[in-house]
Amino acid sequence: MNNESAVRVRGLVKRYGARTAVDGLDLDVRTGTVTAVLGPNGAGKTTTVETCEGYRRADSGTVRVLGLDPVADASRLRPRIGVMLQSGGVYSGARADEMLRHMAKLHAHPLDVDALIERLGLGSCGRTTYRRLSGGQQQRLALAMAVVGRPELVFLDEPTAGLDPQARRATWNLVRELRTDGVTVVLTTHFMDEAEALADDVAIIDAGRVAAQGSPEQLCRGGAENTLRFTGRPGLDLGSLLKALPDGTAAAELTPGAYRISGTVDPQLLATVTSWCAQHGVMPDGISVERHTLEDVFLELTGKELRS
Amino acid sequence: MTAEVTTDRTSGGPDSPGGRGTYAPRPGGAPVARMIAAQAALETRMLLRNGEQLLLTVIIPSLLLVLFSTVDIVDTGEDRAVDFLAPGVLALAVMSTAFTGQAIATGFERRYGVLKRLGASPLPRWALMAAKTLSVLVTEVLQIALLTLIAFGLGWSPRGGPVAVAVLLVAGTAAFSGLGLLMAGTLRAEATLAAANLVFLLLLVGGGVIVPLDRFPESAQAVLSLLPISALSDGLRDVLRDGAAMPWGELGILTGWSVLGLAAAARFFRWE
Repeated sequence: MNNESAVRVRGLVKRYGARTAVDGLDLDVRTGTVTAVLGPNGAGKTTTVETCEGYRRADSGTVRVLGLDPVADASRLRPRIGVMLQSGGVYSGARADEMLRHMAKLHAHPLDVDALIERLGLGSCGRTTYRRLSGGQQQRLALAMAVVGRPELVFLDEPTAGLDPQARRATWNLVRELRTDGVTVVLTTHFMDEAEALADDVAIIDAGRVAAQGSPEQLCRGGAENTLRFTGRPGLDLGSLLKALPDGTAAAELTPGAYRISGTVDPQLLATVTSWCAQHGVMPDGISVERHTLEDVFLELTGKELRS
Repeated sequence: MTAEVTTDRTSGGPDSPGGRGTYAPRPGGAPVARMIAAQAALETRMLLRNGEQLLLTVIIPSLLLVLFSTVDIVDTGEDRAVDFLAPGVLALAVMSTAFTGQAIATGFERRYGVLKRLGASPLPRWALMAAKTLSVLVTEVLQIALLTLIAFGLGWSPRGGPVAVAVLLVAGTAAFSGLGLLMAGTLRAEATLAAANLVFLLLLVGGGVIVPLDRFPESAQAVLSLLPISALSDGLRDVLRDGAAMPWGELGILTGWSVLGLAAAARFFRWE
């Protein structure tokens, strides 16, 4: 795999008046990969992506996209990238196929428009104008517009927001096909499952900074603690359990009878917990070891719910 | 994670999505002349499809021409009504397309992110503005053809040279485009919609289109004659009705508005 950066952001700062939307952000996107920029609303995802697209000028820091400055080299960069905005971007009186054909005409070697319409299920839009299309149809049209010019790099800003599960799958499949064909993809999302399913790399953004970046596996493994859960008789003396467990392990009764042990969950710890339960005549019902999800990682890093 | 990257750019058939290598990058913008032509064609289609726009650009000017030429509502002096009205209605047609129509359409394009999205396409901004101008000119040619036919049907007998007429129409288009784009690029789309229609109505009444300026009090006349619509309708009337060579005064006023309007639009236009 090519390790050269398609996008390289260093120390990006962007302010809107008194509000700092992006506050010293670093981001690398490897050529040929899918990178998910994950974070809650207002974290700075769109501002970051729109700075890479050349819409906003950085207050400080450097941004290089395909080796170019998105503002100063805009005329050279624009033909090489595909952009899907979070919403809009189409004449309200234009039909889906008409707008897509128009975008194709602005490029030298566009995709076959009819086949793309078929692929994204836009054929059913018929003669309906943009303003009367469903939200899902509008999203799929915006996605088609981003890829029709056969770009090297596409930026998709929340490509599946508001889609039904079926349309969401179709979008995921298209992203996978883009990657297979060598297109670099940067997408923003606030769905962890989307990042886990699609991304080679995930950048978790919170309050205008990258809180963590890596593959989903790395992020779920590194740093994050593991969790053991079971249910039993309410009011167990967790103090005596903790004495038997290694330092740095925590135990809590979340609701009466629902227990959670956090720490390095290994076979030894599991054995200690079950033997302690046996000594105390407790049947640990539903005992389970939980694998960490990106959501847990996110919570640990930021203390916030992802979908807020 | 190791990726199985297919970069064989020759496979996958003739750009048909679904096959392997379909999306293999092959970026590049189209030649700029082709982009401008495509953009102008699309914008013209959007305009001709829009009922409200057609009302302003075609129906109102045509109705005014027919109504006021055949019914003696406004005293147009000793000349035949159509000889007075046709130049005014041509000026109105230019204003309706270059100013009102362009302001409203561009305002909503800005509001709905069309300008933003096109800003990330290979189409340069200057080429987008060129396409808008081309679209306005194409629409004006259609309007003028239709209105001229109607006027001839009403017995119009124009005089004067076509070059002077064309120069005035182009200068008027530049003046109204600058003002329309200034409005579209600075106000909210709804405000543009309201203001552009209001201005259309006020200038229709007070700009020498159907009511001769000398019907207004003398103090008002001096101000009204400086309006771009007055300069265009009076200038066209000087040529088409009175056979003047080139109305330099009116042309100067239109040029002044063009410079002011286009410079202000270039300075203050916000793309999103």
